[in-house]
Amino acid sequence: MTLISAALLAAVIMAAFIFGRGLAFSRGGAFSASGVSGRAHSLPAYHGYFAAWAVGVATILAAFIGWMLRDTIGFEVVAILVIVTAGAGFVVCHQLINPDFRARNFVETFVKMALFLCSGVAVLTTFGIVLSLVFESLRFFEQVPLLDFLTGLQWSPQTALREDQAGQSGAFGAVPIFTGTFMIMGVAMFVAAPIGLLIAVYLSEYASKCTRALVKPIIEILAGVPTVVYGFFALLTVGPAIRGFAESFGFSVPTQSAIAAGSVMGVMIIPFISSLSDDVINAVPQTLRDGSYALGATRSETMTKVIFPAALPGIIGALLLAISRAIGETMIVVMAAGRAANLTGNPFEAVTTVTVQIVSLLTGDQEFDSAKTLAAFALGLVLFVITLALNVVALLIVRKYRERYE
Amino acid sequence: MSSSPTGISIHQSDRALKRLKVRKAKEARFRMCGIGAVVAAVTMLGWLLVSIVGTGYTAFYQHYLTIDVELTESVIDPTGARDPDELRKANFRKIIQEAIYDRFPTVTERREKSELFKIVSASGATNQARQMVYNDPTLVGKTLTITVPTSDDVDQLLKGYIDRDAPENRRKISNKQIVWVDALTETGEIKSKFNTTFFTATDSRDPELAGIAGAVVGSLMALFVAFAVSVPVGVGAAVYLEEFAPQNRFTDFVEININNLAAVPSIVFGLLGLAVFLNFFGMPRSAPLVGGLVLALMTLPTIIIATRSALRAVSPSIVDGALSLGASHTQAVFHHKVPLAAPGILTGSIIGIAQALGETAPLLMIGMVAFVTEIPSGLTEPASALPVQIFLWSDSAERAWAERTSAAIIVLLSVLICMNALAIFLRSRLERRW
Repeated sequence: MTLISAALLAAVIMAAFIFGRGLAFSRGGAFSASGVSGRAHSLPAYHGYFAAWAVGVATILAAFIGWMLRDTIGFEVVAILVIVTAGAGFVVCHQLINPDFRARNFVETFVKMALFLCSGVAVLTTFGIVLSLVFESLRFFEQVPLLDFLTGLQWSPQTALREDQAGQSGAFGAVPIFTGTFMIMGVAMFVAAPIGLLIAVYLSEYASKCTRALVKPIIEILAGVPTVVYGFFALLTVGPAIRGFAESFGFSVPTQSAIAAGSVMGVMIIPFISSLSDDVINAVPQTLRDGSYALGATRSETMTKVIFPAALPGIIGALLLAISRAIGETMIVVMAAGRAANLTGNPFEAVTTVTVQIVSLLTGDQEFDSAKTLAAFALGLVLFVITLALNVVALLIVRKYRERYE
Repeated sequence: MSSSPTGISIHQSDRALKRLKVRKAKEARFRMCGIGAVVAAVTMLGWLLVSIVGTGYTAFYQHYLTIDVELTESVIDPTGARDPDELRKANFRKIIQEAIYDRFPTVTERREKSELFKIVSASGATNQARQMVYNDPTLVGKTLTITVPTSDDVDQLLKGYIDRDAPENRRKISNKQIVWVDALTETGEIKSKFNTTFFTATDSRDPELAGIAGAVVGSLMALFVAFAVSVPVGVGAAVYLEEFAPQNRFTDFVEININNLAAVPSIVFGLLGLAVFLNFFGMPRSAPLVGGLVLALMTLPTIIIATRSALRAVSPSIVDGALSLGASHTQAVFHHKVPLAAPGILTGSIIGIAQALGETAPLLMIGMVAFVTEIPSGLTEPASALPVQIFLWSDSAERAWAERTSAAIIVLLSVLICMNALAIFLRSRLERRW
């Protein structure tokens, strides 16, 4: 049904295009075979586009209005309405199209409007995110006070589903979740920051062109591996490996632990840090390097004493972006970090993160009004605000730094 | 140059040489750190690939049992009406059981018989026999030779993942079953074949019957929607911002927006999809349509940013030339600039779509985690997606599932590598430099 109406609509628009263009040819008179005319304002194709646009917009509008009113006026009336509107569009085009008609200007204005609307989609998306998160979070905070959410030490949302326990609505203290998130982020950065930075330094200062051309794409592959694959890797290989390693020292570590999830996440963000810092290091003017070498400094001294301080703001920006990436990462932690909200400082225990909780609150059966479901949006809002703040700060730092040397 | 009393330059004094040695050692250490970091990263990548491929490659073949099944009329079709719908409901399980018991006539005890039956995939065999009879009712009463998957435990045993020397109660397969399986393997009745099921079947409760076809189709549909929405909108937005946007507050706002959207965690896009597409617009849950729309919004910033840099790379002289020949601004952009930027746009779009293919979290939010056993037939039907299928299978602890999860990952990674290779190929082939 939808397919047939879409095909019909396309056919009408095509017909309008051919009609308009044909009309322009027949009325323009002076149009040559190539469509160039000494007299007409616009090329025949523009008349065609104009007709297609006019008929198309009118028909779609009529169909939309008819669809909204279909229950009161009936399908037959809707069909007649659409046909009449399309016909009217053809008549209007028939009246308008003549050599003096500025079809191109109409078409170009329309194209610009369409492009403007396209860029509006990005804004709409942001508004959609903010509105949906804020709106649902407000409903959540009606049930659970904001302060309890931000400072509570107990997270056990599951009890909220039990209807018989009236008055007991689960515990929504998000502190264990935040600590878990930051712990995993910390482990990830502990792995990724040194490795990523050293790779950037090595590739930009030491590696030959050939090595660089070989190594850089290999590192970039790490960024292209889907996170669900990393999650499975952490669950299948790294978790058991860490457990086995710890057991050989007599410790017992669960397969799902902050350290397993965090270190694999660290591997994931290595290319992120290395390519951003690579850019930053390359942006340091060559004159600084040359000056340092001229004074007899070795490469490593130049790196640590001259380039690194100069690039520091940019590197901090890169690290902040990496942190924001680590906080927002979902699949690795869902698969490898565990779901129980533990308030612990030990990275060898299972912890949970904001993203894990969002997933576990929203998968499976859900009632949309329960505090349990709405809590996911509150967590999403926290996540969005934190990542947004990190990004804004990072971009500001990077931009300010770039200006310094330009 | 100043000299020390001994006549040697201060740069050659013992202390200076010692200092130099220390500095050079430091330099070498620093360099080694850099090499070590590169090696560490490459090793991690290698470890990841080896562990996944090593676990997963065995899923591409599977052991099948060829067996003669006598389609006894009295069991399947006691009325003799050959009504296809009645045949469908018939007790094919019993038929298969009889066939296996006939193969080992010495097995008579009830418990042993049930162990014997566990060698084959029960639902795989019954479904296959049922389908054959349904398609051709004249088969009833005849003897049929069918090739059915063995159960996942037998398959794992024959692939060497179950330790035969382990005590019987600590492995999933009994001593007697091992004897039977070995006998069947010796006679060639159990053979290892390429696992077509994995590529043609949908999700299943039994690992030996599970396949990725449904998930692949779901992913393709979602990607189709994502591509159809995000490429036109993204390119349109980029052309507007790059060529037509006036310098004002709104344009700045849009630009900041796009940069921030690129950094929003993917799960937040999932929340957006849940709140707006599902709850506000009332679109169906688990549908590739919604999944595609969410993925489209996610890839939009990637495509916009790639398109803008592709447009910027086109030489301004091209546009100037068009303008000087009397083209309008719009004509210059659409007839010259955009076509010349097309390879860059295409490359960016492919990379964006490849990212979308690997994305899992937003799809979980909009309910594409359902257990779907049919290949989705439309954009609004419930469907799974390849990464989500990987996530779902990874939950099961059995080795047969780990094997299939890894195999699905191998397929996903291969597709991603192909897409990225295509993007690189297109870029090197089509891109022009001025």
